[in-house]
Amino acid sequence: MSFEGYGGQLWNGTIETIQLSLLSLLVAFVMGLAGAAAKLSPNRWLSFPASCYTTLIRGVPDLVLMLLLYYSAQDWLNKLTDALNQPQIDIDPFLAGVCVLGFIYGAYFTETFRGGVMAVPKGQIEAGAAFGLTRWQVFRRILFPQMMRFALPGISNNWQVILKATALVSIIGLHEVVRAAQDAITGTSAKGAYHAFFFIAVVGVIYLILTTLSNFLFMALEQRYSAGFRRPEL
Amino acid sequence: MIELIQQYWQPYLWGTLAHPTGLVITLWLTVASLAVGFILAVPLAVAKASTYRWVSLPVSIYTYVIRGTPLYVQLLFLYSGIYSLDFVHSTPALNSFFRDAFNCTLLAFALNTGAYTTEIFSGAIKATPRGEIEAARAFGMSRLTLYRCIILPSALRRALPAYSNEVILMLHATTLAATATVPDLLKVARNAASDYYLPFVAYGIAAVLYLCISFALIWLFRKAEHRWLAHLLR
Repeated sequence: MSFEGYGGQLWNGTIETIQLSLLSLLVAFVMGLAGAAAKLSPNRWLSFPASCYTTLIRGVPDLVLMLLLYYSAQDWLNKLTDALNQPQIDIDPFLAGVCVLGFIYGAYFTETFRGGVMAVPKGQIEAGAAFGLTRWQVFRRILFPQMMRFALPGISNNWQVILKATALVSIIGLHEVVRAAQDAITGTSAKGAYHAFFFIAVVGVIYLILTTLSNFLFMALEQRYSAGFRRPEL
Repeated sequence: MIELIQQYWQPYLWGTLAHPTGLVITLWLTVASLAVGFILAVPLAVAKASTYRWVSLPVSIYTYVIRGTPLYVQLLFLYSGIYSLDFVHSTPALNSFFRDAFNCTLLAFALNTGAYTTEIFSGAIKATPRGEIEAARAFGMSRLTLYRCIILPSALRRALPAYSNEVILMLHATTLAATATVPDLLKVARNAASDYYLPFVAYGIAAVLYLCISFALIWLFRKAEHRWLAHLLR
């Protein structure tokens, strides 16, 4: 099976999809930690903007946000370069995809991490402080490892959603796996229309493999972070 | 900006009676796909919770495939993939069904939400307290009566919080219809954005409208939970 000569393009698209989702996950993870810290903060000037961020982002469809942020940013950049008499700068679709996906799913991660932090018994953090640990040490050694156990099912869920949301980025012009398949369909349309069926099915199988692999990975992670904790037996 | 609103406020909300667009189409897509998905999900959830493997396995495969692939890919598969097959073209009934973008999107959305809803409902069915079922058996209830009077009413109530999440996600997922030329809210926003070259305003209006529907749905489900889950509320 050489995929009618489009195997290489599909492979590159798959790599692009994986890179895009991993980098978006990284951005969303950091945004989520910062957002959770802000939302749990007693300072209203921090918690209120964070609440707005999670409410607004989670209330609007991701595709609408993606188009809104991508085209508005390009529009504003054009106005800026015009005002400064500079040549037009085109935003790189990959960078835009990573930032937009990270920004959107950061809101979902904020809620996941907030739930995880709230599930860690308060006494443990107080105990850490009583031992003279700094705030960073408490976070690194007590809060984070335990929070991860509570947050992992949510993280796994969010990751699957990010992975599947990368399919949407082809709409703003990124050459990931769905776009590669669409190129292949256009290229092979002369040889028989059934190629559309074939290439879209291939993309479906690629996504299925990716989600299955990440399922296994998360099962392993769950075991790691559940060390020292026994499931209640029914 | 004023011009854009004057020109487009009607298409954003309902279009014309002969050609409805915007909000009306989005709401109709959401309600119709949720209704079909619900009808699909109840029997499938019962089948998935079954102890007979040959009953539960096909349903598991269905939900696994749907949940493991992006909705966008599923939509492309139904919209351009299936229609590219020769036997679909040569069968008049199939031809007229798949030629219409609206039918394809509705089918894709219904199958998608059906799979997620099946998972939610079957989880709730499996979590039915053992005592309730034993008591029903002791009363001499038949299998059908058991499901009709005991398991389903109790499970569907308990599934309400998770189901409300799925409803919001379905509302957000309807934005994909715009990629298949269905004139929903996002499609109108895209037209407005390209007509006036005001992406922030055009997509911003759509985002606010989506936000309002999301809040209305959240409010509605909170009411529903107070009514049907009063015995479980704290």
